[in-house]
Amino acid sequence: MNFIALKMLIGDRAKYLGIIMGLTFASLLITQQSAIFLGLMTRTFAFLTDTGYPDIWVMDPKVQYTDDLKPLKETEFLRVRGVEGVAWAVPMYKGLLKARLPNGTFQTCNVIGLDDETLIGGPPQMIQGQLSDLRRSDAIIVDSFSIMDKLAKVMPDGKRVPLKIGDTMELNDHRAVVVGICKATRPFQSQPVIYTTYSRATIFAPRERKLMSFVLVKAKPGMDINTMCNRIQATTGLAAYTWNEFKILTVRYFMKYTGIPVNFGVTVILGFIVGVAIAGQTFYNFTQDNLRYFGTLKAMGASDGMLLRMILLQAAMVGSIGYGIGVGAASVFGTLSGNTELSFRLPWQLLAASATAVTLICAASAALSMWKVVRLEPAIVFKS
Amino acid sequence: MNNIAVRCKGVTKSYGVGETQVRALRGVDLEIKTGEMMMLVGPSGSGKTTLISIIAGVLERDEGECLVFGHDYKHVSHWEKARFRGQNIGFVFQLFNLIPTLSAAENVAAPLLINGLKRSDALESARDILNRVGMGDRTYSLPRELSGGQQQRVAIARAMVHSPKLIVCDEPTSALDHETGHKVMELLHEVVVGVERALIVVTHDSRIFEFANRIARMDDGHIISVSDSRDFRLS
Ligand SMILES: Nc1ncnc2c1ncn2[C@@H]1O[C@H](COP(=O)(O)OP(=O)(O)OP(=O)(O)O)[C@@H](O)[C@H]1O
Ligand SMILES: [Mg+2]
Repeated sequence: MNFIALKMLIGDRAKYLGIIMGLTFASLLITQQSAIFLGLMTRTFAFLTDTGYPDIWVMDPKVQYTDDLKPLKETEFLRVRGVEGVAWAVPMYKGLLKARLPNGTFQTCNVIGLDDETLIGGPPQMIQGQLSDLRRSDAIIVDSFSIMDKLAKVMPDGKRVPLKIGDTMELNDHRAVVVGICKATRPFQSQPVIYTTYSRATIFAPRERKLMSFVLVKAKPGMDINTMCNRIQATTGLAAYTWNEFKILTVRYFMKYTGIPVNFGVTVILGFIVGVAIAGQTFYNFTQDNLRYFGTLKAMGASDGMLLRMILLQAAMVGSIGYGIGVGAASVFGTLSGNTELSFRLPWQLLAASATAVTLICAASAALSMWKVVRLEPAIVFKS
Repeated sequence: MNNIAVRCKGVTKSYGVGETQVRALRGVDLEIKTGEMMMLVGPSGSGKTTLISIIAGVLERDEGECLVFGHDYKHVSHWEKARFRGQNIGFVFQLFNLIPTLSAAENVAAPLLINGLKRSDALESARDILNRVGMGDRTYSLPRELSGGQQQRVAIARAMVHSPKLIVCDEPTSALDHETGHKVMELLHEVVVGVERALIVVTHDSRIFEFANRIARMDDGHIISVSDSRDFRLS
């Protein structure tokens, strides 16, 4: 009976393609939009992704996400260092500073100041130069995306030349020399990322009483991180989060206070509805058109179970093809957009989720069709 | 007893309820023997289709008795009823009801597949039967590539491929021109009627009465007479 089911389906070329197109469209829309959404959400904690070494992040209790900077007094890091169980604690500066490029234009940059002694919190991967080159005077390290893009030098003839080691710029009217190029995860607002030392960052930064953004902490071996967080919180009155907690805090903030999840959610739901509307409707029509033949098979002795299996097989067939093409197209899109501003992340969980969505669409339309077929009186076969 | 294929006694059937109720069968008595072709004739709406639907087990009767080869459809599950039909009943329809996207052989193989045969075996038997109905050279054709008469031949092949004991035909020739209809009836007579098998043919077409062994006349939900075909033509 399986091949009868498949031939019934494929033989009706127009409907068959219609159903597959509907499902393809649905799975493409669902997968692609979710992947962009996931990509964007990952960018919200890009800074954390690149700074995985410390166990604990200490900051002002009112901080809500990684770029929500509420500076601390510099003495705080000494207090944190004093907490029992802390192996080391270093300060970190993070701030948005205006860079003046050689051609005179301004660009806001994400400047990160690392502890002068240890340079802890530096970029995960250097492409040119070394992290220790930061110890040279006026040294900065710039991320590899920006050197070709936002920080690129624009020549008089309009050509863009990538920034390279040895080039200079001005950060808040202070001279800065590029000594290295690093790989950095793109942040949410796509500003260039600039690494320098903590003390130099405080020179670049506008004069303020408090300048330290975070204290990064490593616990002594064998110490429970959560206990440590509680202890730091209790003794200093500051907020202390594990890497993961800070990440979740950040994502939550973006989910709650930006329209992003709603926008993408609406598109994903739209994709789902379009899938149900096009594919479900066409599939149902297909069954409806074939009711006479399902009735004939039923009269000839096919049980309800057999007919249901036929419909399920048909639904599974169009479902897997539609899903395959849709997800394939989404991946191609993702690959093509790999080097652009667009964020795109397609982990297996997302593939599973869109598979579930397509399965739901198919199951719903199959169920509707099955209901029709089960209720079908075989006596209709004699009606002309 | 052994040569009785169908025995109906006092069969009634109504459609709908209340004011709009239609009493399609009002107490039908009918016996069909194996080896015979019984024709069912009568005016439109007299209940012919209703009666053969009940005999074929695709419709439930309200009252009365109806045994088909000693088997009663009442009080058995849907599933058992379907299995009985699958093994014992063949169907021929006015509009053929061939699945349009399947080839002739695949259409003919359907009853065997329903009965659980392997696809290759089913297709092989289907091709044999198509040979017997003179359609051996069209096994790969789709229904739309065949004439009405050829389609009905394929349908007849499908009705007999699983060697059912009873074949029901509802107006098998009324979509065909006279000559083609005649050939189809010849075919039914030649290859389908057998000692072990009975045929019921509902028809309006008096020109094919000659093929019947007996003719039952229906009117208004009753069988009003059963006669030899010769007697019928004389009357
Ligand atoms: N599903 C149904 N619902 C309601 N009434 C029905 C239904 N099927 C048949 N009838 C009615 O039952 C009566 C008998 O119908 P049936 O189809 O058995 O007649 P018939 O002798 O086959 O007629 P025809 O020669 O036109 O095919 C008719 O009055 C018809 O309108
Ligand atoms: Mg009728």
